[in-house]
Amino acid sequence: MSSALLPKPQMRRLLARRMKFHLFGAFLLSVGCAALYKFGVADPRKRAYAEFYKNYDPMKDFEAMRAAGVFESAPPK
Amino acid sequence: MLHLEDFSLVDSITVIPLLAELLFFCIVTSKRCLRRSQKLEWVCLLFPCAAGVVKAEDFSLPAYVNRRDVPLPEVAFVKDLSAQQKALKEKEKASWTALSVDEKVELYRIKFNESYAEMNRGSNEWKTVLGGVLFFLGVTGLILIWQKHYMYGPIPHTFSDEWLSMQTKRMLDMRINPVEGISSQWDYEKNEWKK
Repeated sequence: MSSALLPKPQMRRLLARRMKFHLFGAFLLSVGCAALYKFGVADPRKRAYAEFYKNYDPMKDFEAMRAAGVFESAPPK
Repeated sequence: MLHLEDFSLVDSITVIPLLAELLFFCIVTSKRCLRRSQKLEWVCLLFPCAAGVVKAEDFSLPAYVNRRDVPLPEVAFVKDLSAQQKALKEKEKASWTALSVDEKVELYRIKFNESYAEMNRGSNEWKTVLGGVLFFLGVTGLILIWQKHYMYGPIPHTFSDEWLSMQTKRMLDMRINPVEGISSQWDYEKNEWKK
């Protein structure tokens, strides 16, 4: 047993300290996850769909598919 | 839909390593509980690892427990004090500043079995657990290899490379998933995969 006194540990507001730490962390984590998803997944996906449909010609696409022979009711010419 | 009769008896071979692992962990956990108790009593497997000898009539009396969430158990750890300890308990009734450090430690040890530091000490059990898990996963892998080689029949012809390439070509012709999926990775002008 050491003869020198140990520093007095924190006796009060232990839950408050823990709660503050965890609330802060939880808020940051959840906002971070949401932001990551938005900028990593949602926005690129929206951009990809916008790009695809910007110059999309459905009839041209249909003729290409028909030529490949995938339709039963619309055989290739 | 999968029915019970679709599982053959041979498929149940895969369950054996899982049962063996379950048995292994029951043994490891019960060994851990027994190690903590001082006497080999069956009661120590049921109660939260209460220390000390438990006679039949002591069941109804409050017991000492070494638990993090019970800082002050109902009874002291040492029930039957020696003459020296009895004298110390008498001295405790007087001013505590008269007690030496060793006497204070002795009083603590009378009241409690382990300090919080001793109670919360880590162990090397995780190595055993991890090793056991990996070992039994390996055994399962070996069983699966044996099954594939000796037991199962050939896979359907639709998994052959020729069929798969015909299948992929048809998917591209149908423009499956043209925005983000497979057809978006195909270059229709050059008739090859996009770089």
